Amino acid sequence: MRRAKTPAAIGILAALGLLLFLLPLAGLIVRAPWSQAFGELADPTTTTALGLSIFCSLTATGFALLLGIPLAMILARTRGTLRNVLRALTTLPMVLPPVVGGVALLLAFGRRGLVGSLLYQAFGIQIPFTTAAAVMAETFVAMPFLVIAVEAGLLSLDHRYEEAARSLGAGYWRVFTRVTLPLLRPAIFSGAVLCWARALGEFGATITFAGNFPGRTQTVPIAVYLALETKPEAAITLSLILLVVSVAILIGMRDRWLGAL
Amino acid sequence: MIKGVVALSALLAVLACGSGNPCGDGCHGQFSITVFAAASLQPPFDTIAARLRALGTTATFNYAGTQVLTAQLTQGAQADVFASADTAHMKTLEDAGLVDGTPQVFAHNKLEIVVAKGNPKGIHGLADLARTGLVVVLADPSVPAGKYAQQALQKAGVTVHPASLELQVTGVLSKVALGEADAGIVYVSDIVTSGKVDGVGIPDDQNVIADYPIASLKSAHQGARIFVNFVLSTDGQTILKAAGFEGV
Repeated sequence: MRRAKTPAAIGILAALGLLLFLLPLAGLIVRAPWSQAFGELADPTTTTALGLSIFCSLTATGFALLLGIPLAMILARTRGTLRNVLRALTTLPMVLPPVVGGVALLLAFGRRGLVGSLLYQAFGIQIPFTTAAAVMAETFVAMPFLVIAVEAGLLSLDHRYEEAARSLGAGYWRVFTRVTLPLLRPAIFSGAVLCWARALGEFGATITFAGNFPGRTQTVPIAVYLALETKPEAAITLSLILLVVSVAILIGMRDRWLGAL
Repeated sequence: MIKGVVALSALLAVLACGSGNPCGDGCHGQFSITVFAAASLQPPFDTIAARLRALGTTATFNYAGTQVLTAQLTQGAQADVFASADTAHMKTLEDAGLVDGTPQVFAHNKLEIVVAKGNPKGIHGLADLARTGLVVVLADPSVPAGKYAQQALQKAGVTVHPASLELQVTGVLSKVALGEADAGIVYVSDIVTSGKVDGVGIPDDQNVIADYPIASLKSAHQGARIFVNFVLSTDGQTILKAAGFEGV
């Protein structure tokens, strides 16, 4: 079957769209202070922010896996209005401006928040301004990516394998760990990677909920923002690091991406 | 000479405002300008914009930390007017050849300690900010308000362990207003316009006076001078004083 020829207009618009992505990246690469890049990498501000970012984003991904997989399972099992409502709630952080998410987190977990006030009065615990707050902010923003991917994986799952295992006498947890999870592995993997990448780039919710303090809540995106005026070279270097990480993830995911969605 | 011209044009702007026509006989139609202004200027500048809109000039604002605005402008952002919270960042833009004419200081601001309404933690001066168990939030030292706060704390010989270094002074204010922080250091004007917090004065020998310079930029449209002149006019100064700033 011959496919219709694509009109030139579509090609031109597509090229413009691609340029919108590529030109800023080119700007970063062209303006990068390559000679100073390694020096910047050794700068304690850079290494501290990078270390904190890696820790927070991995921890956030861990929590997203722990809470997101069960959430995806419930989502995949419900039907009708309830499902629509649950799904809308789960994906809300994806469309919510992150700063709004940060404000919402403050109102829930802050010292005067719904839950936070109880924690503060009972145990004297204050979540905002701590590394835990940075992790929570990242989990809040990034978990939907994992839930969506895992739910899609569950919906396309062939349940006959689970039924076969059950008929052979395996209990719920045995089926879950030996059959369901292995079958879901590609979906979980791609969801986790997307989730991690989103957590790594998180800015708005983190600065609003967790604030900014080096070594405690100053992640790479916040350090980039601060360095932009005082040390533009450091800002560009840090941006490049995030860029390299993101590109590496996307290339690594190329095949799995399509498989999961 | 230049001062004379500026004073004259300020005078003309005031007269023009009085007569309800902001541009005299020499111009027609509406002006639309973009103003990059330090976050602390939002309350008085919004009022000024409302007054100018009635006179045919529409001002759109980009409020942010002065350091962010400076970075945006040096990277080529288009704006007509820049109002900075310190002279250092204005100097950066002058050195970059972006400023049209000479910047003018149009207001001063002092620092104050911001606390929750009623001052429940009993904070009476900078020295109290060093108390353990007190959650103190400052602006980052790269932000003018943060730099001034650092200077004030140095003058007072106080070492503070802040919970967060906010990216703009309004971040400090909102963290205290929301009850997440017990105290912070902000501008007097922030406390005057907030209404949700109380201020604890800082004595003059520990305080830092912030100078706010304003300038129209090289790329400015015609309406830029109208805005700058209004800010410097008696009316503009009255609005700034009502918002807690000190006039010039």
